[in-house]
Amino acid sequence: MDHQRREVMRFATVFGLMASIGLIAPAQAEEWSRAAFAEKSLDEVFRVIGVNGADTSSALTFTAPEIAENGAVVPVMVSSSLRAEQIAILVEKNPNPLAAQFFFTARTEPFVAARIKMAETSRVYALVKAEGKWMMAVKEIKVTLGGCGG
Amino acid sequence: MTASILRLSLGLLLCGSAVWVCAQSSTEDVTQYRDMLVDSNPAELYMAAGEEKWKTPHGPKQTSLEHCDLGLGNGKLEGAAAQLPRYFKDTDRVQDLESRLMTCLSQLQGMSEQSLIDAPFGEGPKKELDEIVAYVVSRSKGAMIQVSTQHPKAQAFYAMGKKAFYTQAGPYDFSCASCHSQDAKRIRLQELPNLTSPAGAAKAWGSWPAYRVSNGQFWTMQHRLNDCLRQQRWPYPVYGSDLTIALSMFMAVNANGGLYQAPGLKR
Amino acid sequence: MDDGSERNQGHVRRLWGLRMSNPMRIRAQENQGIVDVKILIRHDMESGLRKGEDGVLVPAWYIHTLKVETQGAEVFNAQFGPAVSRDPFVNFRYQGAKGDKLFVTWMDTKNDSRRDEVIVS
Repeated sequence: MDHQRREVMRFATVFGLMASIGLIAPAQAEEWSRAAFAEKSLDEVFRVIGVNGADTSSALTFTAPEIAENGAVVPVMVSSSLRAEQIAILVEKNPNPLAAQFFFTARTEPFVAARIKMAETSRVYALVKAEGKWMMAVKEIKVTLGGCGG
Repeated sequence: MTASILRLSLGLLLCGSAVWVCAQSSTEDVTQYRDMLVDSNPAELYMAAGEEKWKTPHGPKQTSLEHCDLGLGNGKLEGAAAQLPRYFKDTDRVQDLESRLMTCLSQLQGMSEQSLIDAPFGEGPKKELDEIVAYVVSRSKGAMIQVSTQHPKAQAFYAMGKKAFYTQAGPYDFSCASCHSQDAKRIRLQELPNLTSPAGAAKAWGSWPAYRVSNGQFWTMQHRLNDCLRQQRWPYPVYGSDLTIALSMFMAVNANGGLYQAPGLKR
Repeated sequence: MDDGSERNQGHVRRLWGLRMSNPMRIRAQENQGIVDVKILIRHDMESGLRKGEDGVLVPAWYIHTLKVETQGAEVFNAQFGPAVSRDPFVNFRYQGAKGDKLFVTWMDTKNDSRRDEVIVS
């Protein structure tokens, strides 16, 4: 507990320092949501990031390979036909399901591509918050491990 | 017929999940995966670091590598890697990319070749050399593989490489040919290129060195050969030794006419 | 040979970093008012769950925040957990123009940080 407090203080100091020397505007100094990334179940992540039910929607496109040759690097791409405020990528079977989340402003296009680690074959969730409502798409991505590393 | 049924049922056993997935060829399934990674290959990070090292004065002689001759003339990089290994008159040797870079590092910069040879893979001077390799090969991307055996020593190295390729040794009597001399072979889901055929050799030789996602490391061909020999349970080869250059000569000549696509991206 | 990607990257300059980290590879290209930004970063992104060659767990160490700003406004904000791949890659798009100066900053769990600048081509 004490260690955690010290960690939070260190972050606050770094952000404060950066703000004070004008490298980032104070309003933009968001805390990185440690809590969301520390959660160990899908439901808990949903709760922490504020997902109160999400419908699958044709307004959401989730592109990912059906089979990933190696779970260390799995490419995923999420886009939406509606203006998006936030996108989250969750891997159900990872020790901590939340892999990454993205925050958009008015000028950001509703699109993101990234590469994530998967511990094993698992369902991967792409969540998009658009116009205040969450949408979701799920894909099962199989993770294989090859032989010699060619 | 029975062989393919056997392989299919083995595949089902190994896969365990949806039957239809295992029934397809393992190489087809991963095309989408590979396609999504080909743009923005992390090898670019090594290339960028290597370019800086190429152009920066370094070592006891405080010189850059910009006058290094890789076979096409001083400092000429375009297409040079696609023509290696080759015979070099100044050293009177057949050299691959890594050994030739070591020559440049020692002659131009005063670096110690032995310390490079002795350094562990992926660390210190070897890591710096890896970055330089990434940069140099990027300047040959898209070129045609054109390795010459005109010089008698180059011809002799091809013959030596071929002999080594087929030599069985070590506790399991493995040769390179044990895994790499037939089409359509694989270990688990890793395809094994046929290095004795022009197409197989071109595919393999033309895509190394490469960034390997499985360990997040950039591997040169010297590193790849070292690991192959380890898997064969052979003794570790000396870095940049004639044996390793000869094996590269064998693969590269077999790959002649193919496309040089390094730096690659591998599982 | 040269596929043009080097030229299209624009001029990447390192502005500020606490330690000797490597420059990011940033490609920012505008087309019809939309700038496509691809960022590749050299970082180990250790999850804390991996054992090193000596059999000992490698401590967690990863980028947790990546921000992109132009003209004083943020156009992209990413939060990463340890499950983002080593040598992270991210691709996003925003409404912008050629000549936009982009400031890309990452921060990691060791309080290391790096900022690079690129001009949209």
